[in-house]
Amino acid sequence: MQDAILLSSGPDIDIMVKGLFSYELFGQTFWITTTHVCLLIVMLVLTVFSIAANRAMKHASEVPGGFQNVVELIVEMLDKMVHGVMGKSGDKFVNYIGTIFIFILISNISGLFGLRPPTADYGVTFPLALLSFILIHFNQFKYQKPKEIWVDMCSPLPPWLPIWFPINVISELAVPVSLSLRLFANILSGTIIMALIYALLSKIAYFWPGALHAYFDIFSGCIQTYVFCMLTMTYISNAIGEEE
Amino acid sequence: MDNITGAELIRACSAIGAGLAVIAGIGPGIGQGIAAGHAAAAVGRNPGAKSDITSTMLLGQAVAETTGLYGLLVAILLLFVQPLK
Repeated sequence: MQDAILLSSGPDIDIMVKGLFSYELFGQTFWITTTHVCLLIVMLVLTVFSIAANRAMKHASEVPGGFQNVVELIVEMLDKMVHGVMGKSGDKFVNYIGTIFIFILISNISGLFGLRPPTADYGVTFPLALLSFILIHFNQFKYQKPKEIWVDMCSPLPPWLPIWFPINVISELAVPVSLSLRLFANILSGTIIMALIYALLSKIAYFWPGALHAYFDIFSGCIQTYVFCMLTMTYISNAIGEEE
Repeated sequence: MDNITGAELIRACSAIGAGLAVIAGIGPGIGQGIAAGHAAAAVGRNPGAKSDITSTMLLGQAVAETTGLYGLLVAILLLFVQPLK
């Protein structure tokens, strides 16, 4: 009863990641959780969509119609978004940004179809942010000279006085943490609120939670997807520096 | 009041702590309101740039939201994970 007051383990409140079955590997116990299953479903949907899009584009007609129209719309929208932020260097990154955009978007919206959104698991969002982090610093070392990076890292003070260097390192390391926590906490809070509403108001929660779904799943999911991709692009174009 | 065990006390204090942690939502609320107000003023001054203003506002609000989300995360950890148990 006390547990139910704290809403931590009530019988019908369903917010935690559940383990489905476990296996032993190298002396460690690993769990296949609901996140894995939902991720597999999302991947399956995306794969089927990609194959269908590929089929449609193989015999594309001059005047697009039907499915081809949809595919072209998506690609053009992503192109416009990436080029709007990154300018000329957007060509190289439109594949990566487009991939994570579609993946995160479908993951966030999957709460609408009764799945537990995979992005409401820190184990999914942190690797995504880590990928972006690696990409940012790979491009920084590719496009800037080591001396420029050193001057940048000691930035408010002159480069021979590296007092600010540790603080700048910490602020660089905070980038993947804040990127992933923002996405994770937004989607998790939406999941929790929907679960609480369905559990506590089960008798009267009939049609009106649809409005809340529209906010928490669609609006919040789209905004967070956009913000994740936007921040990744901004960081990468900062790392590339001035166009030569 | 002798029959309160240590675990129950910790649980009660966790609930209070979670309530205190979400006070962090005040700051982002004010900040997002300021951002939205200025964006509305900007749209009023220059209605042609509405889409640019909206996307900039949403990006800024999402970044400002981060501190509030940290407070929310602390509250969620205290309530659902119960690390102090």
